[in-house]
Amino acid sequence: MKAPRAVLLHAVLIVGAVLTLTPLLWMLSASFMAPGEANQVPPHLLPAAPTLEHYRALFERLDLARNFGNSLAVALLGTSVGVLFNAMAGYAFAKLRFPGREGVFRTLVAALVIPAQVGMLPLFLMLQQLGLVNTLMGVALPSFASIFGIFMVRQFALAIPDDLIDAARLDGASEWRIFWTIVMPVLQPVLVTLALFTFLAAWNDFMWPLIVLSDSSRYTLPVALANLVGEHVQDTELMMAGAVLTVLPVLTLFLALQRFYTRGILAGSLKD
Amino acid sequence: MRSDRRREASAGWMFIAPAVGLIAAFYLLPVLAGFVLSLTDFDLYAIGDPSVVRMVGAGNYQRVLTDAGFWAALRHTLFFVFVGGPLSMLASLGSALLLHEKLVRGRAFFRTVYFAPVVTTLVAVALVWRYLYHPTYGLVDHVLAWFGIAPIDWLGDPRSALWGILILAVWKSFGYNMLILIAGLQSIPEELYEAARLDGAGAWQRFRHVTLPSLGPTLLFVGVMTMLGQFQVFAEPYVMTQGGPLRSTVTVMLLMYEQGFRWWRMGYANAIAFVLFALMLITTLIQMRLQRGSRP
Repeated sequence: MKAPRAVLLHAVLIVGAVLTLTPLLWMLSASFMAPGEANQVPPHLLPAAPTLEHYRALFERLDLARNFGNSLAVALLGTSVGVLFNAMAGYAFAKLRFPGREGVFRTLVAALVIPAQVGMLPLFLMLQQLGLVNTLMGVALPSFASIFGIFMVRQFALAIPDDLIDAARLDGASEWRIFWTIVMPVLQPVLVTLALFTFLAAWNDFMWPLIVLSDSSRYTLPVALANLVGEHVQDTELMMAGAVLTVLPVLTLFLALQRFYTRGILAGSLKD
Repeated sequence: MRSDRRREASAGWMFIAPAVGLIAAFYLLPVLAGFVLSLTDFDLYAIGDPSVVRMVGAGNYQRVLTDAGFWAALRHTLFFVFVGGPLSMLASLGSALLLHEKLVRGRAFFRTVYFAPVVTTLVAVALVWRYLYHPTYGLVDHVLAWFGIAPIDWLGDPRSALWGILILAVWKSFGYNMLILIAGLQSIPEELYEAARLDGAGAWQRFRHVTLPSLGPTLLFVGVMTMLGQFQVFAEPYVMTQGGPLRSTVTVMLLMYEQGFRWWRMGYANAIAFVLFALMLITTLIQMRLQRGSRP
């Protein structure tokens, strides 16, 4: 009874896995094909003679290394500032008593229903006044604080025992010192999760950098890629090399830190 | 003691100040400003000289609601919400149920594979799919031909372009909810299944009377979050079709982008944003009402 059921189950799972992976594997394979090889009938699944020429073209001729650097700068800046600010706020909302705390927190949670895109046009006009349009700083700015991030840290920080903080106060430690030397190490697991989320979101984001950046040398990778396809739509293999270059860093990061990522998703889904 | 209290309170405000200040200045203020803008005729000329801006009251909203282009974009968006959302949920639930089976070997491997598209960059994979959909060279039509299906010009035909984008969107997103549903399945007590089995319930009956009701609140929450996400579809049509062919894949977000940043009709574009926001808010309120009803 059991054997046929197990075989069927695994067959379905394997078909699903092949379907899910095919676009990604084809992207990788096509990026190593000779020019024109991806446009053949019947389609080639593997490159006849693997070549690195498209990757070379991306770096040497199209200067995509610069866009790679822009993406990295935006994601790293957004992540480091975002993690610090959200950690401070999340800890304060969980553990420090101050008048107005509940009111501010409730307002933030209520504001979660507003999609970021609603304020995008005025935000652009504001950045224009501040001289931040067409700068990487302007692209990274929305990553510096997130309601979801504050919420995630707060949930985690609620479990820190008050005694730990009070003991440090009795020893005469300043509030900042308590945060930096006692609270931050305890928060470490949730901060890794938050950092991973912020980094991936900043790296993958398209609409906001598309709006803010006008100078192609400042484009992040997704914007550069969307721009590149305009001129190179026939160069399938070249475009696939660009796609690999964009996807590979985030996919690798995810595979390395999967545990933390999964935990974050589950924390977010158990909001109420 | 009193000074301790005061020290803690001022520390509290200092600690929340950077994040809350940024959120107030660059998230909440723009939303308010956007609403004001939506009541004005702010356009390209106003960017050079803000003094020419006039209040037009509900004029932009009136124009949005009488614009055939907006209604078409809304229809396309609702297609993603009400067809793409449920299809994605179905794929999530199906894969979660399969992976929850005790017989499965290599569960972690399959879970990682199914989840991988979620973390990829949308622009990059939308590009990949654009090539996969090619009517002559694309793998999709090639595989369909094995089953005797004639080539489909997925993204070139107004009748199939939305479906083409929708399939990419489902592929990209189902892994996320799958993870949440697997956790939900794991939290259902084994005794419930034992009891159902003793009562002679078959596999389908156990699913219908134990799994579904236990998973209900999670499904509802995840379902509404998925639908809210579909309201915001933008990058997929931007990269794959630019809204074509024949404007058949223009979504509300893409329309807002075009009006705002291509034609600089900021007043009008903000009105579009707020109409979309109102629709999303209504969806959320319905969810909250249902969620309250589903609690025992």
